[in-house]
Amino acid sequence: MTREVVELQINGRRRALEIEPNRLLLDVLRQDLGLTGTKCGCDDSSCGACTVLVNGQPQMSCIMLAVSYQDAEITTIEGVAPNDGDEAELDPLQKGFMVEGGAQCGFCTPGMILTAKHLLAVNPDPSEQEIADALSGNLCRCTGYMQIYASVRKAVELMRERRPVEVAPR
Amino acid sequence: MGETVLKDSPIGARVPMIDSVDKVTGKGIYTDDMAPPGTLTGRILHSPHAHARILSIDTSAAERLPGVKAVVTGRETPVKYGILPIGHDETIFATDKVRYVGDNVAGVAAESPEIAEEALRLIRVEYEVLPAWFDPEKSMLAESNLIHEDKPHNIEKDYHHHFGDVEKGFEAADYIREDRFFCPEVTHAALEPHSTLAQYYPEADAITVWSSTQVPYYLKLNLASTLQMPEEKVRVIKPLVGGGFGGKSEVIPLELAAAVLARKALLPVKITYSREEVFYAHRGRPGQIVELRTGITREGRLTAVEARIIQDGGAYCSYGVVTILYSGQLLNAMYEIPNVKFDGYRVLTNKPACGAMRGHGTVNTRFAFEQQLNRMASVLGIDPVEIRRRNLLKAPCITVNGLRVLSYGFPECLDKVEERSGWREKHGKLPYGKGIGIAGSHYVSGAANAIIRSGAPHTTVNLSIDRDGVVTIFTGASEIGQGSDTLQVQVVAAELGVDLDRVKIVAADTARTPIDLGSYSSRVTFMAGNAAIAAARDAKGKVLAAAAVKMATNPENLAIEGNQVMCLDDRRIAMPFEDAVRLAAGDGQTLEATGSYRPPDAATGGKFKGGGVGPSPAYSYCAQTAEVTVDPETGQVTVDRLIAAHDCGKAINPICVEGQVIGSVWMGLGQAVQEEMMWRDGRLMNPGLLEYRSASTLESPPIEAIIVESNDPEGPFGAKEAGEGSLAATIPAVTQAIYDAVGVWIDTLPITPEKILKAIAEKKKSETQVIKTEN
Repeated sequence: MTREVVELQINGRRRALEIEPNRLLLDVLRQDLGLTGTKCGCDDSSCGACTVLVNGQPQMSCIMLAVSYQDAEITTIEGVAPNDGDEAELDPLQKGFMVEGGAQCGFCTPGMILTAKHLLAVNPDPSEQEIADALSGNLCRCTGYMQIYASVRKAVELMRERRPVEVAPR
Repeated sequence: MGETVLKDSPIGARVPMIDSVDKVTGKGIYTDDMAPPGTLTGRILHSPHAHARILSIDTSAAERLPGVKAVVTGRETPVKYGILPIGHDETIFATDKVRYVGDNVAGVAAESPEIAEEALRLIRVEYEVLPAWFDPEKSMLAESNLIHEDKPHNIEKDYHHHFGDVEKGFEAADYIREDRFFCPEVTHAALEPHSTLAQYYPEADAITVWSSTQVPYYLKLNLASTLQMPEEKVRVIKPLVGGGFGGKSEVIPLELAAAVLARKALLPVKITYSREEVFYAHRGRPGQIVELRTGITREGRLTAVEARIIQDGGAYCSYGVVTILYSGQLLNAMYEIPNVKFDGYRVLTNKPACGAMRGHGTVNTRFAFEQQLNRMASVLGIDPVEIRRRNLLKAPCITVNGLRVLSYGFPECLDKVEERSGWREKHGKLPYGKGIGIAGSHYVSGAANAIIRSGAPHTTVNLSIDRDGVVTIFTGASEIGQGSDTLQVQVVAAELGVDLDRVKIVAADTARTPIDLGSYSSRVTFMAGNAAIAAARDAKGKVLAAAAVKMATNPENLAIEGNQVMCLDDRRIAMPFEDAVRLAAGDGQTLEATGSYRPPDAATGGKFKGGGVGPSPAYSYCAQTAEVTVDPETGQVTVDRLIAAHDCGKAINPICVEGQVIGSVWMGLGQAVQEEMMWRDGRLMNPGLLEYRSASTLESPPIEAIIVESNDPEGPFGAKEAGEGSLAATIPAVTQAIYDAVGVWIDTLPITPEKILKAIAEKKKSETQVIKTEN
């Protein structure tokens, strides 16, 4: 198959890639760019583990063709922490998931955090029902979702205590 | 030296899981995240037939395809294996027959997924299709076309237990009920699909396997036996695991397939199952028929229980012998039942093998029993909470089938949910369409008898303390998201009196960590926790002995708190922990310590056939209430609230305990109201997460966990299991709430709107008939 050159903006960095047009964004992230934080749980957009932000909107990378996202701003879990994952600089959502037990096995966690990131960007003080509605495309088999709600609420609390962090720091 | 500020003990503290930072940043490495240079894609050719003889396999075209590096069939993999020593009935690839749609026929390793899949298409297999067995009640009458020639009537195993005298028990009963329950198959559906990476080192004739496993040690043993390699040449490493629930608690075919392909290809091979393959690999909870007969007195005292249980086990043994035994043995250890009879049949059918799933063997039986108890309470006019109080164990005790119960927090669990739910104001008093139900459940804190019988410890934990006072734990215990690494760090830090930050952990790498049997049967907190305490006490003894000499006192007068060794009679006299470590270890040495755990003989159960399964050093207990709304027009059940009080002995980390209890309840609710493996002629109709209906946030009700601490005398800091025991009670609590709401009992899972409507219609019909008869 003929390869195409595509430039993706991932976590604030431009990445030029030469890829087949049928490559999924999920596979390009994981295999070509080594960004393995984005997970594959179901192959068919059932579970949301592969969620990334595209121009701030949560989308499932397992059903996205990478070549279609030229110039789009893509944020993966690796780009959520403002300072490359230093614990002191974690995003409030990441801290929330840690202290409230929102991550058990952790496999749904990246998708959950990115979806919640979008939620808090458009609604900084969501009710539990609004959190549940927003996360309804992200499946978890461990938590029964209760500790995930608590994690998002904890993030809201932490965000009130400090200035919100940009989605895609540059 | 000034006053030392004592730090709070980490036991009972809400400590974030030590690996959570890796999980929230995406830096944590799961098996499929790894790809050493040159890694090939492995793929497995699965059988399209439920039962067929393999007449021939031609792999020549696949082997000729450019980019294909290895093709393997059953001819090269004749060694039988299985998780149970008495159930070695599988081979890596089929040698003579395929026994379910999805059975493993051949494997390929190639340079890309596309080439691997093309190679599978090029493999020509000639089958002679055989009649297949799908219904366990028909299968157990089979005379010919047996699934395994050495299993007459397709019965994998049957057990017949009788404790006390049920006939006498039924004579003493005022009311006897008989019911038949059916629970279809459900599966784990952990979010991480199974994945294995294998690398063979030809110069050393050694292999390393990274796998999404709950049982690295058993995997190592099975790799050694099937690859016919010495155990010391096999290394298994468990990276992060994205959920198990029992689905990774035995050897899964891809693990052996990846290894055999890697050895042949001389390159690393990775196989990651598609979600559909995960469903077909299965090893979940078997479909189960429970015929239950229970006798009770007018006052609500149980006199006898008789159970006939048939499990639809699928095509291979897997954990089946253990599953069927749990389903009978754990009728006990919940309530005082003087007379118990159990006839259990594990039946083979031409479907994927069932295995261990959260609540292993106990869940469907518990549903049946609790439902029947609630029905009897209703007939006798006794409150369902009260009927349970009238049948409590008198712990400490040994049940009629030899289960030793030391700690028993069930009465407190009942009190707690009764109060929190407002039971007395609600039960029987809510408007039509609203209801509340209650049930109980329990589970083992690890099996007292290992599946491979020997006198060996079930786990060993080693500590290495460097001269800077940093403690490294070496443990084989497998973190699968439940928090076992964090728990061991907490336990060691508490016992040694050092900060959590000082304690590091190396886990689940068979080349570096001592033997642990794995994360299953909720054994890790109890067993690895106790071994970790023993290792820490060993280290502490050495540290205090050396410090005592230096401080001119005796070790009994010393304690370690807040990284300081101090005199109990004068806490101003102290020395830093690391100084004491250097004294104890000697110049330039690390201080080594070890501890292990084996269950006491008194906990290992009765000496009868099958008596080895069920005994545990300790049992967890749960009481649970469910509140529901039933729409009688549509049959739709909405679960409004679930409250589970769980006796975990002692919550070493309440974050983890609450997470485990809520997660169990949620999974139980899935089985109750929507999950089901739907089979048609051996094919799965719903092999996807949406089709299987794994609940999203929108179908998930509020769940509250209440921790009850009975402080088990043998548990680590009093702890027992927390990860499984709450699951079973959810189902009967929900069905009873439905009865409370609309007056019908559902005996067949899952509770669909169709079943509710049918039951309501039948109830109306029978009521009309009664009125007619009365007229």
